[in-house]
Amino acid sequence: MRGYDTVSNPVALTRRAACVGAAAVLATSSLGLRRASAAGTVYVDDGDSDSAIKAIAGGRPITTGRVKLTMPELAENGNVVALAVEVESPMSAADYVKTIHIIAEKNPLANIARFHLSPRSGRAKVNSNIRLATTQTVHAVAEMSDGTLWSGTAPVLVTLAACLDGG
Amino acid sequence: MTEIKRPTRISMPQSAKRGEVIEIKTLIQHEMETGYRRDAQGKTVPRDIIQRLSVQYDRAEIFSAETFTGVSANPYLAFSTIATATGDIVFTWTDLAGATTTEIRKLTVT
Repeated sequence: MRGYDTVSNPVALTRRAACVGAAAVLATSSLGLRRASAAGTVYVDDGDSDSAIKAIAGGRPITTGRVKLTMPELAENGNVVALAVEVESPMSAADYVKTIHIIAEKNPLANIARFHLSPRSGRAKVNSNIRLATTQTVHAVAEMSDGTLWSGTAPVLVTLAACLDGG
Repeated sequence: MTEIKRPTRISMPQSAKRGEVIEIKTLIQHEMETGYRRDAQGKTVPRDIIQRLSVQYDRAEIFSAETFTGVSANPYLAFSTIATATGDIVFTWTDLAGATTTEIRKLTVT
C-alpha cells in the first residue's frame, strides 16, 4: 500500500543529496533530545509549544516509556509519512491501552489522530500514514485503563513539506 | 444519515482460530482536504476529511480512530483484534458532513 519510492526521480535525488548535511545536524540534535527524555521519567518539554499534549494530560504527569513510535528519520514527502505506534501492555480486561494520541506540534493542527483500543484489540499496535508540515518531533501519548499516561517520540526530518504546496 | 459509496480496501484473513490476534488493514479513497490550501483563484479549498473510522465485531466496537487534517490522503489504518466468534466485521467511515461509507467482511472462527 505504500509505493512512494522516488529514487527514479532525478529531482528527488538532488534534494536527497542536498539534505545529507541537514540530516547529520538533525541526527546530532535528536540525540540530544533522546538524552533529555531519558534523564527524567516525566515528559520534558523539548522547546515546542506543547499545548496539545498539555490538553491531553489535563494536569496528569506523562511518563516517557512503554510507547514505541516508529517513523522514518528522513521523510522526502511530508504528505505521506509512515507511522507505527506500539504500546507495551498486557491488553487484559484489567490493564489495557484505552487511547493513543498522535501529536505533531508544528503542524497547523497539532492533533493528528486518536486511536481507541480495548482488551479485544489483543495487541496495542496501530499503523497509519500522516502529514508533516515541517521537520519536527512527533509524539505518541498512550492513555492506559488505569488513567496513567505514557509517551514516546520520533524525530522526523521533512524535505518536502505538506500543507504548503499551494494547490 | 447519507451513505456514500467510496472505494475502500480491507485486508484481513478470512478465517482464524478462536483467540488468535489478527491484523486488519484498511484504506478508504478520500482526498482529506485540509482546508489550508488555496485553489488557482486564491480561494481557500474547503475542508473535507474523513473524521472517524469505527469497527464493530461480535457485539462491540473493537477499534475506532478519530482522524484530523494531519492524516494523509486515502487514510490508511492498520490495527488488530482477537478472533472471538464467526461473524461480520463492520467498518464505518464518517466524513465531516456526517456521511458514512460502510463495508462488511465476514470472519470465520474455528
